[in-house]
Amino acid sequence: MSRSALLALTLGAVVVAAACTSAPPTATQTPAGSAAATSTPVGARLAAVRARDQLICGVNTNLAGFAALDAASNTWRGFDADYCRAVAAAVLGDANKVEFRGLTADDRGPALQSGSIDVLIRNTTWTSSRDAAWGNFGPTTFYDGQGMMVNSTKNDATTLEELAGATICVQTGTTTELNLADQMRVRNVDFTPLTFDNIDATYGAYTETRCDAVTSDRSQLVGRRSGFTTPADHALLDVVMSKEPLGPVVPAGDDQWFDMVKWVVFATIQAEESAIDSTNVTQMRDTSTDPVIQRLLGVQPAAGTLASALGFQDGWVVSMIGAVGNYEEIYNRNLGPSTPLALDRGPNQLWTEGGLLYAPPYR
Amino acid sequence: MTNAPVRATRTPPWRNVRVLRVIAQLVTLAVVLIIGWWLVNNLLTNMRQTRLSFGFEFLDSTAGFEIGESLVPYSATDRYRDAFLVGVANTLLISLIGIILATLLGIVTGVARLSNNWLVSKIAAGYVELMRNTPLLVQLVLIYAVMLQLPAISNSITLPGSIFLNQRGLFLPRPVAEPGFGAWLTAIVIGVAVAIGLHVLASRREAAGQSAGRLRLAGYGLLLVIVAGAWIATSPLGLDVPVQERFNFVGGLTISPELTALLFGLVIYTAAFIGEVVRGGIQAVRRGQVEAAQAIGLSDRQTLRLVVFPQALRIIVPPLTSQYLNLAKNSSLAIAVGFADLFSVSRTMANQTGQPVSVIVLVMAAYLVISLLTSLVMNLYNRRVQVLER
Repeated sequence: MSRSALLALTLGAVVVAAACTSAPPTATQTPAGSAAATSTPVGARLAAVRARDQLICGVNTNLAGFAALDAASNTWRGFDADYCRAVAAAVLGDANKVEFRGLTADDRGPALQSGSIDVLIRNTTWTSSRDAAWGNFGPTTFYDGQGMMVNSTKNDATTLEELAGATICVQTGTTTELNLADQMRVRNVDFTPLTFDNIDATYGAYTETRCDAVTSDRSQLVGRRSGFTTPADHALLDVVMSKEPLGPVVPAGDDQWFDMVKWVVFATIQAEESAIDSTNVTQMRDTSTDPVIQRLLGVQPAAGTLASALGFQDGWVVSMIGAVGNYEEIYNRNLGPSTPLALDRGPNQLWTEGGLLYAPPYR
Repeated sequence: MTNAPVRATRTPPWRNVRVLRVIAQLVTLAVVLIIGWWLVNNLLTNMRQTRLSFGFEFLDSTAGFEIGESLVPYSATDRYRDAFLVGVANTLLISLIGIILATLLGIVTGVARLSNNWLVSKIAAGYVELMRNTPLLVQLVLIYAVMLQLPAISNSITLPGSIFLNQRGLFLPRPVAEPGFGAWLTAIVIGVAVAIGLHVLASRREAAGQSAGRLRLAGYGLLLVIVAGAWIATSPLGLDVPVQERFNFVGGLTISPELTALLFGLVIYTAAFIGEVVRGGIQAVRRGQVEAAQAIGLSDRQTLRLVVFPQALRIIVPPLTSQYLNLAKNSSLAIAVGFADLFSVSRTMANQTGQPVSVIVLVMAAYLVISLLTSLVMNLYNRRVQVLER
């Protein structure tokens, strides 16, 4: 008996040892294999997008003006959605080759970290800790600040101090949740937060008067207000609680892809500055003698060397601007005076007009 | 008999069932370990590649976010550790109250389904089928939406005794201990001691065949007099009455619509399952047991209490444990109705710290501990019930 037990033990030990020695290769192979999907080596993301012939773009689930599914036409509309299209047009030559992926505020960080989306354009505030943990932030497409909205028919608060004792609705996983606590603490104002992870639940609770005020980026407040039954009853307090620079984010690790997304944004800004828009872009390419415009539209230097250095194909700016337009067109289509949001451009003007939009030279 | 034939019939190890069994066990163990190690290694490699750190140092840094409802004192300047505990406390509160209420409602439902009254049994059956066959999340969202249809705070429903009901919650006066509270408590202890003493004395007299009803009554009367007298003498409890201010009621006790919606949803959902467990348990007691009880002259109530229930309990307790665990875990749906439970708080933590893996590990550990403790208590109770078997 004891001999067979000993034998069994030895055999078992051999099996375990064999398994252990054979284990490392399988284990190291698999992470390396999955690495292509998670943290992209340089160039891999572009190759993956081209092979898929589709851009996976993370957007807000429902925010009028930025990204919302238009039920009638079954298309995503909004400023962020159009920037997804701009990236697709620039990279794949077709603005419609986008798979929009609606993400909650909580889900966007993990989506970037796991690399399951190519780019996140979801009114996401650029902060140092997110830059460190989530991925790389591209140029800011919309300079925003946190605001506070109240129902002016129900209460007459005009400052944060006058909201002492109020219940304030806020979405979890946002910078606004932290800013709210900070801003109220420095003012020594007591309040009760009510948090939801779903944007519709947050504003639902506010419109049902479960909370006295709702806080978020000012653009978001205006966007959601445009969908209320009586938008005129709701007013934004005249206070900006924080800096909220919103822009695209790409998963970390692929510098080439990061550069490409950056230059898509810069190209839309430069196009506005050079007065190139979707209607005149081909004409400008054919007739303009301005070297800045000639470089941007790929006329010079010799056939698209600037474009290919970044990873784009010839004439990418022409097809992108032709498809989605320049910054001004994207802004006006979604947020401008003719839209329900009617947001003033504020700091989102070109630097030449005293705003913050400034594209480095394309050369 | 010599040793030679014995040696000849000895099974070689590769055909020995005992050896093969041990080998099979070891191989299984090795496979499990390898798969587990592969998964962990995969996670660590991917975390390294995406520059995600794993650690719990963040627990000691300032949380910076407020939490709407909290059993324990908490403010935004506290640490993540404290915020997490607020979530744990809220989850425990919901689970504990939920389990108690769901058990009561479940027993009533189970018994009602077996009722001879056609209407009662059909209503119970309808309730069970409706609750069991619709998703809990849908029920919660619906209940919360209904709660928000209560009158706004400006036209709250006022009930006698400074009780207010509106869409911000139910506002009740809260008893607060006054200086005389200690003295009153002492008087109660003395009163109870006297009453117990008289009760014991009365029981002894009864055992000796004397009548002692008056003595017992005197004990209870005396207790009442002492408690009431001391109440008047010390005025031990004050009331913290809710007062409406600019935005909200301040003071008193607030039961928020988020808590109520979650609790109500969990209770009516889980009670439907418990009702079925109870019904199954009762029906599993053999008909002969009831007939035998009736044959020896036990009343219906006695039959249920002394014969059916003790036997049904043995069958009910194990599946009941599963239902309790389900309730505790389903409480994580709180995030849908804005209640700050463990999962809701940790979602915020994961986002603010950018360390989702560490936070998820913490959350899973917390739910695991809660579930294992529940199982432990229920298993101990189960053992006690089972001992009664023979």
